[in-house]
Amino acid sequence: MVAGRPSADNDHPTRYVGAIDCDLHPALPGMQVLLPYLDDYWREMVSVRALDRLNLSLTSYPQNAPLSCRPDWKPEGYAKPGSSLEAMQRHVLDRYQPRFGILNCLYGAQVMHSEDMAAVFCRATNDWIRDEWLSRDPRLRASIVIPAHNTELAVAEIERRADDPRFVQVLMLVSGEVTLGRRQLWPIYQAAERLGLPIGVHAGSAYRYAPTAVGWPSYYVEDYVAQSSAFENQLQSLISEGVFAKFPGLKLVAIESGLTWLSGFIWRADKTWKGVRAEVPWVTRAPSEIIRDHVRFTVQPIDAPDELAAIMRLIEHLESDALFLFSTDYPHWQFDGDGALPSGLSEAVLQKILYGNALATYPRLAKANHAMEVNA
Amino acid sequence: MARHVVATVDDIAPGQRKLVQVEGRDIGIFNVGGEFFAIANRCPHEGASLCKGRVVGLVESSEPGSYQFSRPGEMVRCPWHGWEFDLRTGKSFCDPRRTKVRAFDLKVEEGAALVEETLLRAETFPVSIERQYVVIEV
Repeated sequence: MVAGRPSADNDHPTRYVGAIDCDLHPALPGMQVLLPYLDDYWREMVSVRALDRLNLSLTSYPQNAPLSCRPDWKPEGYAKPGSSLEAMQRHVLDRYQPRFGILNCLYGAQVMHSEDMAAVFCRATNDWIRDEWLSRDPRLRASIVIPAHNTELAVAEIERRADDPRFVQVLMLVSGEVTLGRRQLWPIYQAAERLGLPIGVHAGSAYRYAPTAVGWPSYYVEDYVAQSSAFENQLQSLISEGVFAKFPGLKLVAIESGLTWLSGFIWRADKTWKGVRAEVPWVTRAPSEIIRDHVRFTVQPIDAPDELAAIMRLIEHLESDALFLFSTDYPHWQFDGDGALPSGLSEAVLQKILYGNALATYPRLAKANHAMEVNA
Repeated sequence: MARHVVATVDDIAPGQRKLVQVEGRDIGIFNVGGEFFAIANRCPHEGASLCKGRVVGLVESSEPGSYQFSRPGEMVRCPWHGWEFDLRTGKSFCDPRRTKVRAFDLKVEEGAALVEETLLRAETFPVSIERQYVVIEV
């Protein structure tokens, strides 16, 4: 086990100075903020069809579920948690002083059944993120929200944002319309690889299917806990369908996936591959090796009683300390106080998790970081 | 090391295999289209009898969706967990460097030559000059 620093240091917010927070959630307050970005047709449709009266928050994160917002991060009144930049600055950006924070906007635009409507609202969402967040705090970066169920429109949206280096990732939900490895989605991966954008896969469902593999759950707790199995299924799909063989430069970031399931999963995936690999002959390496090269994980939530032991065990089992990326998951309630990472990590591991691994994962962050260091 | 006559060529038809015991070892003799190979009969994973496995071809791929099939019958799949072993080398497909089964040198020889050989171990095997035999070195 590695030697830890004094615990007083570990619990202090200065511990995170210069980190890269890979999971911040800005909440879109409502359809009204998108209206300036819509053309005349869609603006009228919003009004005529009363779309602005819908709460298009993703069902995966109900506003009043305890996990959806840490109590001391809750805004006054009925505002959505995460809807205020000033609050995000107070709670995270100014308190922890990360060098970058990546915004993952979870809003209904990306799951609308109408492909055209989804594309239009995704485009407007990205415009709104650019104007109301990225342009107002230079530390912020963002994931590109896409209509993943229409590949052509999704690629067009990725390409539309590609010239803005503040968009550093493509965002998809872990449960969309098809398994993530399917070839119909490959143009998205091809564009992402070409443009230096990792695919960020966030917990959450478009609810085209039951969010558990065994049917519709009755309770929120079932839905939330089941997210990690969706990640297992999707990693298996991506590997089996050969996405990483086809796109060797592609990186995938599992966001808010939890971590503790990973150990059992890689053991099961490796073992099964050895016996049936002839059906997927393009998988020429053990799944755990492919994961080590291509997949990264944000650290919140860790889901273990002893978080330090859990992380160190995973580092040992995966034979890599390059896989984990710092995240607060703001404003979701994953930790209290300043304990975004467990105490007792070695300085080397801490630095990799805080920013080194993210710089190696996000080419656009590495470039911006390099420019900052040159100008410093 | 000694040479052992373990079968006549006719004992093992193409595509078939025969389990033999030599100096206390279980060894599988496989006939692949008239060519003979010998490997230890114990899977290095959990000890299953490889002689009970299915022989298959080598499946490779240059990219997703491409299936390249070659060397029919030259791999044996363990009957328990399906691990593939190359009958020519004993190496597993998935982890050839660390996971392998011992392969033995094997020759097909004329009975006429064998009856002259003094160091040959063929106690259990009457050799006649007009037949061909499978001889392995253990």
